[in-house]
Amino acid sequence: MSRNTSNGSEALSSDPAGAKRDKPVRHRQSVLRTLAPYLFVAPAFSIVFIFVIVAALNTFRLAFTDSTLLVPGKFIGFQNFVDIFHDEYFWTALLNSTLYVVCVVPFMVILPLILASLVRGNSKIMGFFRTSFYTPVVMSAVVVGMIWTNLLDSKGLINSLLEGMHLIKQPIPFLTDRWMILFSAMFVTIWLGLGYYMVIYLTALANIDDSLYEAASLDGAGPVRKFVSITMPGVRSTIVLIMMLSTIAAFRVFNEIYVLTNGTAGPGGQDITMSMMIQQEGTGIQAHTGYASALSLIVLVIVGFMLIVQQIFQSRSEN
Amino acid sequence: MGSSRKHVTVGKIVQYAILVLVFILLVGPFVWELSLSLKGPGDNVYAVPPYIVPKTPTMENYAQVFRQVPVFHYMWNTILVAVMSIAGNVLFSTMAGYALGRLEWRGRKFLFLLFMGTMVIPIEGVIISQFLIMRAVNLQNTLIAVALPGMCGAINILLMTNAFKAIPKELEEAAEVDGANVWQQFIHVCIPEVKGTMTVVGIFAFVGSWNDFLWPLIVISDEKNYTLTLGMNRLKGMFVSDPRLIAAGALVSLIPILVFFACFQRYFFQGLEQGGIKE
Repeated sequence: MSRNTSNGSEALSSDPAGAKRDKPVRHRQSVLRTLAPYLFVAPAFSIVFIFVIVAALNTFRLAFTDSTLLVPGKFIGFQNFVDIFHDEYFWTALLNSTLYVVCVVPFMVILPLILASLVRGNSKIMGFFRTSFYTPVVMSAVVVGMIWTNLLDSKGLINSLLEGMHLIKQPIPFLTDRWMILFSAMFVTIWLGLGYYMVIYLTALANIDDSLYEAASLDGAGPVRKFVSITMPGVRSTIVLIMMLSTIAAFRVFNEIYVLTNGTAGPGGQDITMSMMIQQEGTGIQAHTGYASALSLIVLVIVGFMLIVQQIFQSRSEN
Repeated sequence: MGSSRKHVTVGKIVQYAILVLVFILLVGPFVWELSLSLKGPGDNVYAVPPYIVPKTPTMENYAQVFRQVPVFHYMWNTILVAVMSIAGNVLFSTMAGYALGRLEWRGRKFLFLLFMGTMVIPIEGVIISQFLIMRAVNLQNTLIAVALPGMCGAINILLMTNAFKAIPKELEEAAEVDGANVWQQFIHVCIPEVKGTMTVVGIFAFVGSWNDFLWPLIVISDEKNYTLTLGMNRLKGMFVSDPRLIAAGALVSLIPILVFFACFQRYFFQGLEQGGIKE
């Protein structure tokens, strides 16, 4: 493609004395004009087409087959879905992923907003706080998971601090109890996400008129009052956006639980999530690609449903 | 916040107290890991109450991590993937953004909506199919396979399209009068105007591929093709009994990304502002 266009440019910049060549040059130019957009968009389109569109259609097809990694499989109708609904792991995964949403999202919506309204301003010290709060965002969940595995270990920092303060006698089983693992992973997710959502809120807060706060101060409103009656309404559509972003992210949780449980999904696999189940069923030499694709399709439908709900809320909050 | 001087004292104290608390909560773990990683055999890492300054400081934990795990090899693999991902995302999304934001052609709106539509598809929905595609073309277990599906993120196409749309029409019209063709306009007129957004795209591509875990976990099976996150996950399994080594490994793999963040900080905030408001 670049060869074509550079030819075109050569023709164009060649000496204007060649009046006879003027016509083909024009023609070539107009063909290029017509083709250019398609050539420009072709590489991006190829990648998205193969790895998203074709892949999604293939997921849809496989979901109705009994294919495995080594055997293409045949059409079996809704059998995979029947099996899934009889699979107790599926219900555990759905419960865990849903609990993740219910517990994580409120924190993700409120804490970063409080943080953002506390670190506003142009002073150097606030810039320092903003940067340090954002830093964990660039770290991988795997490495952060390693760090928290150390901290939450039965003999780790958190337990020894609590024991040192005589708050507990027995170590808290953060990484060995079915429920504590889930809560520990939620904590790591919130810890990792605070800075990211804080920055999104900061851009929304920048649009709130400062005179509103000044007027409220004159009326004797305290910080809490200002937060509730100026900040929160001012960023309403961002709240809806973050609610949705964090809901979808929480529902798809994988890394945190995988790392905290060393890939085992906890005692007896009780901490499995939807994404972990897809990974477990769909990989390895024994992979049930058909079954895993049916699980993928269920995740697609649930996430799609969440997005529709978000669109409805978004248009309401804008009215 | 408000500027009324009367409330400054109490309000500010509470504000700073919260900020310092959050700061400790976010930075504290790294300080503790640094301390752990430097503690020698003479230190009780499980002491109650815990202490920060190592009694027998040593670099031996780091040496052992490098002896047991080919950290540099994994980093090199990760860098190769990151370079492919940066090149692909910057090049392809810039080209696509130019066509979508700047040129008039049939099918433009449809293709834009198609790209945006793919943004809602969660990776879990397609990841097994992506693996099967890689297997069909015999690319499974290669670094190319790790980079390929992420080489042109739809969000980047959106960012670039918006950046190109923001260029004033007059700039291009002037160039057209001067006889520049599409390619020349793209290279000499439009690219210089969107360099900032291209940098943002490149930076997020780097961080994304540096931290990616689920996809490499699925597509890579051979240890010699491990990326850093896969290597660290394995290291964690190997050294599960010694927190000193896990701490040293975690810090080693954090250093490059932290240096990178320090260098390009400005662009991270710029990128989130551009992407954040636009949804």
